[in-house]
Amino acid sequence: MRTPFTIRLIQSTPKSGWLAIAIFATLTLVCVPLAHLALPESNPLHLSAYTVSLLGKILCYMVVAVAMDLIWGYAGILSLGHGLFFALGGYAFGMYLMRQIGRDGSYGADLPDFMVFLDWKALPWYWAGSDSLLWALFLVVALPGIVAFVFGWFAFRSRIKGVYFSIITQALTYAAMLLFFRNETGFGGNNGFTDFKRIVGHDITSPEMRVTLFALSAALLIACLVLGRYLVSSRFGRVLAAIRDAESRVMFIGYNPLHYKLFIWTLSAVLCGLAGALYVPQVGIINPSEMSPANSIEIAVWVAVGGRGTLVGAVLGAGIVNLAKSFFTVTVPEYWPFFLGFLFIAVTLYLPDGVVGLWRSLRERRATAAASDAAAAPVPAPRAAASGPDPVAVSKGATA
Amino acid sequence: MIDLTQLDRAESAAVAQAALLANEQREQWESEATTSHLVKSGELDLSHNVILYLDDITVSFDGFRALNKLSLTIDAGELRCIIGPNGAGKTTMMDVITGKTRPDSGKAFFGQTIDLTRLTEPEIAHAGIGRKFQKPTIFERLSAFENLELAMKADKRVRRTLFASLFDEERDRIAGVLKQIRLTAEADRPAGLLSHGQKQWLEIGMLLMQEPRLLLLDEPVAGMTDDETERTAELFVSLAGKHSLMVVEHDMAFVEALGGKVTVLCEGSVLAEGDLASVQADSRVIEVYLGR
Ligand SMILES: Nc1ncnc2c1ncn2[C@@H]1O[C@H](COP(=O)(O)OP(=O)(O)OP(=O)(O)O)[C@@H](O)[C@H]1O
Ligand SMILES: [Mg+2]
Repeated sequence: MRTPFTIRLIQSTPKSGWLAIAIFATLTLVCVPLAHLALPESNPLHLSAYTVSLLGKILCYMVVAVAMDLIWGYAGILSLGHGLFFALGGYAFGMYLMRQIGRDGSYGADLPDFMVFLDWKALPWYWAGSDSLLWALFLVVALPGIVAFVFGWFAFRSRIKGVYFSIITQALTYAAMLLFFRNETGFGGNNGFTDFKRIVGHDITSPEMRVTLFALSAALLIACLVLGRYLVSSRFGRVLAAIRDAESRVMFIGYNPLHYKLFIWTLSAVLCGLAGALYVPQVGIINPSEMSPANSIEIAVWVAVGGRGTLVGAVLGAGIVNLAKSFFTVTVPEYWPFFLGFLFIAVTLYLPDGVVGLWRSLRERRATAAASDAAAAPVPAPRAAASGPDPVAVSKGATA
Repeated sequence: MIDLTQLDRAESAAVAQAALLANEQREQWESEATTSHLVKSGELDLSHNVILYLDDITVSFDGFRALNKLSLTIDAGELRCIIGPNGAGKTTMMDVITGKTRPDSGKAFFGQTIDLTRLTEPEIAHAGIGRKFQKPTIFERLSAFENLELAMKADKRVRRTLFASLFDEERDRIAGVLKQIRLTAEADRPAGLLSHGQKQWLEIGMLLMQEPRLLLLDEPVAGMTDDETERTAELFVSLAGKHSLMVVEHDMAFVEALGGKVTVLCEGSVLAEGDLASVQADSRVIEVYLGR
């Protein structure tokens, strides 16, 4: 008998994983909103607007990290252009946000300010429908999806692999950045989009809206984790692992790696696009610097730091690096690039499996030590093998 | 396939039974035709009892002829051994058959109708040719069970694989093959931890999971113990008939144990063909190969 799909979807995340998700959901969907909305500012537990937006932003980055891990950690394809898909999702939603400004811009015109500035009289054709939320949401998915699909189709069909693929993705995001820098492209040039006012008519700076966007980001992250967990533990995920191990062998047993890579690649881009769409209203700006090659490299660093090939690792990595980054940018911004470079080298040399890998090997060492202690002891120690709730179990089996 | 001429001769009850079976079979084919779109070129046609037909195949690498006007046929159900000195072109021949290397000239047919030079590697695998590589390439990070699962004959398109889960019959089939290749106890260990001989067996098991009509085995017993080699020979002999096998091997004791027809390759073409004894008696063969 075949187990129904929904049940398999639920079962693919182990119990400990669901427990972690439940705790995470309580924190993000209940505690943070309450701490921001209900507690007075005098209360030490009150979360400021800055903190909520910062956390919301990091949640979006975590989604990107999971998307990156799906292709790099599980399919062995290192993209150094994932910032592009993130930015495309951001721009797609940004168009809608620009239209929502209405006549409240500094020129009081129907057109977005930057178009008035360029002396444009009407919206370019590709802005058609940008006043509709549904169309915007469609673009958020379709734009990164289509770009990724077309690019992936050509790259994977030509069997471009490894470092060559990574370099081409860098070139891709760089080219897109140059394109978006031009005023004539119609996306606000180097200023991009900013000064947003509303979403579906509601004030974008209101605490309620802030909390809603934050909660949506958290929900997106949870959805990505559950979906990712299912994918990597399904037969599909095993084919990906097999492609990573020995691609030509996979072909001889009848799978077409092109389709598998293309699927996970496009899905990954779409997830980045969704994250970008939630990111833009929370930080209040999108401009071409999001497409800079350095940004995309940073995404890879998050995953490397956390531990690629484990979904929790990606989430942790994005969290750790970005918290460190906001610490640096507040205190000593000029040292951030050096710290990032140092981090990357240190992780590559000493922590090939990232933080999660370190944690695992520590646990293993403790377990073997406990086991040898138990063997040495005259009476078997009953607690030797027992272990507490295990957040890493979420990712177990992924690398096994 | 169901032989209709035989059905005509059968008694009426048996005919009804067979018709039912034939119907089921047809339904299965029809559903296969919709699922495995890759094999549009049709069923394997064995009407002349030939499963593989290579004619005048030439492959050059930078001017060097790895295969030089090679012609070879393999009969349906045959167990053929290919021997020859290092660099004779044995592996290259398998590359041509499986679509990894395109010949510069010559014909390669699977059965009467399937032109191998026009198909891609996955298409050839779907058509029914399975290959075991010289160097065992299994998926190291997956368990032995999962290796077999992936190799299993199934709809291998993304949208099916995304939602695939194992039926009980499929589980049983995997368990059966695990037993055949003596890896039942190792089923859940990462395949990378298996011994060299066990990896070879696992790869043979993966081949069997695909239910190929023709098996290409490149040095299957390299690195195996004598005992493992003996068991492998037994397994191959038991597979012949139902499957056709082409075995490349340097180990003469193994070739002898297989007992089939032997083809000697040298410098990219066939030097001699026949049973092992007659080939070993051939003076040209002795000169280039056995004499060394
Ligand atoms: N991709 C390639 N590029 C260049 N030369 C190649 C290539 N593949 C094979 N050759 C050459 O073609 C010749 C035939 O090689 P092949 O691997 O088919 O020999 P083989 O009979 O399998 O030998 P062995 O017994 O050592 O496995 C060799 O001289 C080899 O160096
Ligand atoms: Mg060889």
